[in-house]
Amino acid sequence: MNLLLLIGAPLLTAIAVLTCRNKEQVKWVSLTGSFIQLGLSVALYFLFQQEKALHPGDQFLFNQEHKLFEAININLHFGVDGLGVAMIMLTSLVLVAGVLVSWNVEKMTKEFYFLLLLLALGAYGFFISLDLFILFFFLEISVIPKYLLIGIWGSGKKEYSANKLALMLMGGSALILVGILGLYFTSGHSFDIMVLALNNVPTQAQYIIFPLLFAGFGVFTALFPLHTWVPDGHSSAPTAGSMFLAGISMKLGGYGCLRVATYLLPEGAKEYANIIIVLSVIAILYGAFATMMQKDLKYINAYSSVSHVGFSLLGIGMLTQTAITGAMMQMVSHGLMTALFFAVIGMIYDRTHTRMVNEMGGLMKVMPFITTVFFLVGLCSLGLPGLSGFVAEMTVFVGSWENGDAFHRIATIAATASIVVTAVYILRAIGNTAMGPIKNEAHLQLKDATWNERLAAILLLGGILAIGIVPGWLNDLLQPAAHEIMNRLSGK
Amino acid sequence: MLNDFIILMKSELAVTVIIFLLLFIKIGKGMKNETLLSFIQVLLLINFIGTFFFNESGNLFGDMFYTTPLIAFQKSILSLGVYIISLVCADWLKKTPHLPEYFILMLSALLGMFFLISSGNLLIFFLALELSTIPVAAMANFDLDKKRSSEGAMKMILSSAFSSGILLFGISLLYGATGTISFPAITEQLNHSPLVILAFVFIFTSFAFKLSIVPFHFWTADVYEGSPVATTAFLSVISKGAVSFILITTLYRVFSPLQDIWYIMLIALSIATMLIGNLFAMRQQNMKRFLAFSSIAQVGFILAGMSSFSYIGITSVVYFILIYLFSNLAAFGVVSVIADKTGKENIDDYKGLYKTNPFLSWILALALFSLAGIPPTAGFFGKLFLLTSAGSKASYWYIIVAALNMIISLYYYLRVIRAVFMDKNEQPVEKLTLSPSVKLGLILCGIGIVVVGLLSWLFDHIQVLAMHQ
Repeated sequence: MNLLLLIGAPLLTAIAVLTCRNKEQVKWVSLTGSFIQLGLSVALYFLFQQEKALHPGDQFLFNQEHKLFEAININLHFGVDGLGVAMIMLTSLVLVAGVLVSWNVEKMTKEFYFLLLLLALGAYGFFISLDLFILFFFLEISVIPKYLLIGIWGSGKKEYSANKLALMLMGGSALILVGILGLYFTSGHSFDIMVLALNNVPTQAQYIIFPLLFAGFGVFTALFPLHTWVPDGHSSAPTAGSMFLAGISMKLGGYGCLRVATYLLPEGAKEYANIIIVLSVIAILYGAFATMMQKDLKYINAYSSVSHVGFSLLGIGMLTQTAITGAMMQMVSHGLMTALFFAVIGMIYDRTHTRMVNEMGGLMKVMPFITTVFFLVGLCSLGLPGLSGFVAEMTVFVGSWENGDAFHRIATIAATASIVVTAVYILRAIGNTAMGPIKNEAHLQLKDATWNERLAAILLLGGILAIGIVPGWLNDLLQPAAHEIMNRLSGK
Repeated sequence: MLNDFIILMKSELAVTVIIFLLLFIKIGKGMKNETLLSFIQVLLLINFIGTFFFNESGNLFGDMFYTTPLIAFQKSILSLGVYIISLVCADWLKKTPHLPEYFILMLSALLGMFFLISSGNLLIFFLALELSTIPVAAMANFDLDKKRSSEGAMKMILSSAFSSGILLFGISLLYGATGTISFPAITEQLNHSPLVILAFVFIFTSFAFKLSIVPFHFWTADVYEGSPVATTAFLSVISKGAVSFILITTLYRVFSPLQDIWYIMLIALSIATMLIGNLFAMRQQNMKRFLAFSSIAQVGFILAGMSSFSYIGITSVVYFILIYLFSNLAAFGVVSVIADKTGKENIDDYKGLYKTNPFLSWILALALFSLAGIPPTAGFFGKLFLLTSAGSKASYWYIIVAALNMIISLYYYLRVIRAVFMDKNEQPVEKLTLSPSVKLGLILCGIGIVVVGLLSWLFDHIQVLAMHQ
């Protein structure tokens, strides 16, 4: 399959959206476009399986290379491995759901969908790029849409949040840029991941570049002291914006930490692994406890995202194959889960016009579908077996436990303990909103989900269940990718 | 000989012909401003297209004047800039009572810049620099009824007289040290004696004045604010571009033996320029002053690219200036339209602009994002290539400082974006109807901003030109 299709489809859809005449057209064009992308990504999965069976030794499939800036040796080099395929499927699923839940956006509809599609374009491009410069280009593409989506369609202190997010992410990009240039100049003037992997960056340089890259991507994925944009950004963004931010944008960072930082700089990863573990355990616990104190549903999910993303960073820091597979699974699982979470919160907010837990109650009676989904996604978040959260977190824990020394054990135990806290805040939030008497008489008149909301929820829920009930396929997809990273770490 | 003369100096001759044509029109009966402006626009377009043909390398007048395909390309960029200025500032130009004079002055300055880029000798270099500066001071004074305009012109002429003085002093010292005024001969004679270094510092200072490198930037903001937008655009784009071109040639060719000295100077000045430009830009209310400081900060990045002393350095600087031309002219174009129709120049006045003028808002947004270096605009590529070429020599710390400066700059560019797209305003700028030429100019800039970054062959082409000069 030609991977350029994945860039072309959102680009064409975005251009088509610009030429639309009215809001209805805009919506249907974007929905069609995003379904085409979903189809492409599913096709990519099956074609990938076929191709992998034919060439089991190749790390990246569907390779294609085009010369771009020859003078600086920048090439358009695309290719995917299992991790890339998984992330592309996640992106397309979240895009479809995002388009569906934004069905009622009245303000500047055309611009809204255009920016949403641009955001997806950046994510696809990022996941298929094998050239660091192009990868960085796609990473940065999403800055403008995120800023405008939050600033124009957001709620609350949106200008502040938009600014904070744009500047912090730009700060992360600045660190990444320095790291990428460092890689370019220390190993043979190339941006190509495959070439850099062969050239083996000098160990001394790895010790300098690794923290730059990891911290830079860490900003995107809410690494502990750099996570402060997450709560504000997520809570101010419009529903689809939050879904994208938490579901995909944070995963860009995680993917970068794995593919760029850890894969290219194994010595650096070993050197700093303990720091990563400490930071991610702090993030897990801090995120969980901070969530307990929140009363706003969006803040609850934002802080719990910090905690959940901590698991995937913990998996990376543990440096065992199982843990890294778990980290990747957690990225996919959390992407689906948090997108659905924000979607449901958006649906509730659209009806009740409040996000405060204590102002709601008994919603189960008036909108059974929405609250049921809310229940399920909450259970996924606290790691109930049968849903994706359990599979991913369990894999991380098992992988972490493979390290026998006291430090790793204590870190694992501390991280595991956070699940109890998660259960407390999730059950409390759901209990207060869905159960009990109806606190507000006006809520009795509310209607349940419309067709587009149902479809969005069912699609995302389908993803969660597909991973939760039959995790084998995702494991088979991610295992080889993790294996390649482990090979680098063990110096083969 | 005559053939050589015509072909090698064709750009200069073309501009001279246009100047004389305008002079005759002025002396003759005169036309209506609108017809005249369209006529000038066509002439400038022909001039721009003409720069692409018959580009050969060669010397004239015993090495006084030389040209190469790269220099011809630089002249094309400058001609394009002048053409776009004549488009985007059309509204103001139509109203000015002395339209032919304005273009005579502007084209004389352009002619000076052409000679400046082509100069192979200190004498013609000095003459050309003067020719490219003095008309601009007169252009700054063209808002005849505004006091600020005269004030700006006064500041400009005084500071350029001062910098010319320093330059002359530097030239005389250099002549004293080397005994020659021809560039190639100077390079052979250069050594690290204190006299030569002093002469170099003086000559560099006059460049710093023209490029408004910190700490020689004090005239910039006042002159930019006072002058009519067309002049401001000319100063910030064409003049900066031309001086950057000659600075890079001077450093790489003439002063290449002093490379260890100017490298440190460039790095230090670049950090200071970026930082001061950015920090001051954060506090500006007037759009022209804001763009003045932002363009000071951009010069910091240009210096970064220059510091590498490689073909990539030349290439990325030329490429960046092309991108900078589109971005800055788009921004000035929007400012010019709004200032001309409503008299509003402050950032607060731009609140709610998107509601009434979506086209202008998108162009402004594209321009500012390009200046901030955010993809998919061309500014991203321009800036990254500058940093990449800087990174071949500089340490991590320098790149980190430059990258941090990109964050600061994003902060203040976002201030404007926020005012335009997000802030509410009771009395936004009313819906403006754009004249066709303004629209054409803005669309040209918009296309340039989006497309030039992806034209990788253009970058490679400049690289080839740079290597074969």
